[in-house]
Amino acid sequence: MDKGGVEMGDELPRIITMQDGDASAIVGLDNSELFLQRSESLIDKIAQDIGKGLWAALGPLIKWGRGFSPWGSHIGIACCSIEVPMAVFGPHFDAERHGVLSPSTARQWDLLWVSGTVTRKLAPRLRILYEQMLEPKWVVAIGSCATSGGPFYDSYNVVKGVNKIMPVDVYVPGCPVRPETFLDSVIKFRKMLKEGRK
Amino acid sequence: MAEMWVNFGPQHPFTHGLWRLKVKVDGETVTDVEPTIGYLHRGVEKIAENRTWYQFIPYNDRLCYVASIAWSEGYIGAVEKLMDIEPPERAKYLRTISFELQRIASHFVWLAAYAIDLGNFTAMLFAVREREFILDLLSRLTGHRMTYNYPRFGGVARDAPIGWEDRVVRNLNRIERKMKDFIDLMTENETFLKRVQGVGVLPRNKAKAWGVTGPVARGSGLKTDVRYNDPYLLYEEIGFEPVVMKDGDCYSRYMVRMQEIFESINISRDLAEKMPSGDIQIKAPKKPPEGEVFNRVEVPRGEASYYIVSNGGNSPYRLKIRSPAYIHIQSTKVIMPGHNVADLPAILGSLDVCLGDTDR
Amino acid sequence: MTDINSLAESLKKKFADVQVEVKDGRRAVAEVPSEQILDVMYFMRDSMGRDYLASLSGADYDDRIEVIYLVGSYSDGIIFITKTKLPKGNPAVNSVVEVWPTASFHEREAAEMFGIIFEGHPNLEHLLLPEDFEGHPLRKDYKWW
Repeated sequence: MDKGGVEMGDELPRIITMQDGDASAIVGLDNSELFLQRSESLIDKIAQDIGKGLWAALGPLIKWGRGFSPWGSHIGIACCSIEVPMAVFGPHFDAERHGVLSPSTARQWDLLWVSGTVTRKLAPRLRILYEQMLEPKWVVAIGSCATSGGPFYDSYNVVKGVNKIMPVDVYVPGCPVRPETFLDSVIKFRKMLKEGRK
Repeated sequence: MAEMWVNFGPQHPFTHGLWRLKVKVDGETVTDVEPTIGYLHRGVEKIAENRTWYQFIPYNDRLCYVASIAWSEGYIGAVEKLMDIEPPERAKYLRTISFELQRIASHFVWLAAYAIDLGNFTAMLFAVREREFILDLLSRLTGHRMTYNYPRFGGVARDAPIGWEDRVVRNLNRIERKMKDFIDLMTENETFLKRVQGVGVLPRNKAKAWGVTGPVARGSGLKTDVRYNDPYLLYEEIGFEPVVMKDGDCYSRYMVRMQEIFESINISRDLAEKMPSGDIQIKAPKKPPEGEVFNRVEVPRGEASYYIVSNGGNSPYRLKIRSPAYIHIQSTKVIMPGHNVADLPAILGSLDVCLGDTDR
Repeated sequence: MTDINSLAESLKKKFADVQVEVKDGRRAVAEVPSEQILDVMYFMRDSMGRDYLASLSGADYDDRIEVIYLVGSYSDGIIFITKTKLPKGNPAVNSVVEVWPTASFHEREAAEMFGIIFEGHPNLEHLLLPEDFEGHPLRKDYKWW
């Protein structure tokens, strides 16, 4: 039954429930039901206004807090994957002192580090991973293959840059990327978050 | 009990690369596997037909990015056979030493990944730290940490800096002392031994039929090594003997690779102490003449081979690359059935796949 | 150490149509008509001690498609580069999966890259290319720009 288009003053039947085996369905409305409906929408509107006010007041504080520990993905696609999620988390170039961590599940990532060549077979799966991440999320294209196809730009199976599949926020140059360049990009990215630029 | 297909999807921490392994399970036991590869297929063989002979040299590093110099050596050796030239003595020493150093670095990457799969985070950090000492040596020699682009037709690109040989000996002595840590943490660790002994057995006749090479074959009792059967560079002069273990389980493959690290340390140290002085490159022709050649090298993962056809033009006519991990992924069909799902990380880690050369 | 010349002689004696040329101490090239390829492979594995298939590839020339079998051994370093020529209109040849199971992936790749049909192969699906890819990329007339 379409609950959206009911107005005050209409002639309405009482709640009638029909049972068919295990399933039951409400096929009519009562006046009390309508009251609940309208009060819910009023509460929603008040909550939205409060939310907007809170965001306007506390927004910069929240953005400043976000910049402290961006958690990133560890999908290692190709050559850059030995440098970025492996050597950079080692003891020599410890990346955890900057707050980055690499959990195993996609639902906990803030950043998606695409480190390697994106091929046509992989592109749909990468898009699914991107959509599994929760807002707010950012994408970092590491290396020249993820930026623009790299040395394999004229191959029949290579997507020329990951920005053809998803919006990218940071591009890190190199082939392969040196760990110092990657750490520099992490520092600049955190500064970007704290200033509130997205 | 109902059987169902479980997917170790492309993105998974245990697969060390992007490939998909569909596993048919009956309760906890694996009954069948079906691997799917191709997520990193970059079409390198077609690209080779559109680049000149010299322009293709950096692409070989990016095939198996963990063992770059080894794959470059395969291509450069093949084209040198076509051109019928031989590099000078000092270049051969530099190429052999960097080849063996690369083997040590690659085995440390394998050890780090294997340790973290089996839950030994300390060993992973130690392995990454030791690898940095090797990368320090190689970056003083070539300028890069990975994908070195170092050998050239007829020699090498640049000479070693002054004092490099002494630094090689010092660093290798240090690494040899620190290998004791790994023996304490892994080889003599009872939890680790229980997880790898008797697991993932590949019998000798099946290993022959399924064409496995490298540490996987040597762990199953086959005395086969390209440096021993079909020598190249300086291996015939130094009298090389491969390391062979008989049982064919994950523990044998682990021990073969650990012994290879010690062996490579000894070879590199001896050669660095005896290195002659001289030229590092002779003048090579612009393009090789018509012909075909088949060259193979022993990369850390097995046997890699290049079959090159030249029609006298500026680019290769046909370049076929054979990779060891391609075949080892096929052999999961005979190794895995009969094991529990919990044994899969131990087996996959002992096969040591690198997706860059599998998919090319 | 086995002698490459004696191996080449035994191959020539058994199969009259096969042309063998010894290049140097460890490499030889053999050309085999496509109908006899399965018999030659069995002979190489059982009587010549070649128990290792190093590689299998295709190659596209102007007037033919070639399949190249690189056959070696686990105990010595001798490789026989065995070639067979197929017509471009109908590139079909027997599969060698029953001789060496390792040929399974190699033949799948040659089939998708060149369009070669391997009769007797259990599963000739796409291996490296996406499932919906059309065309044979490694042929010389494949244009993707």
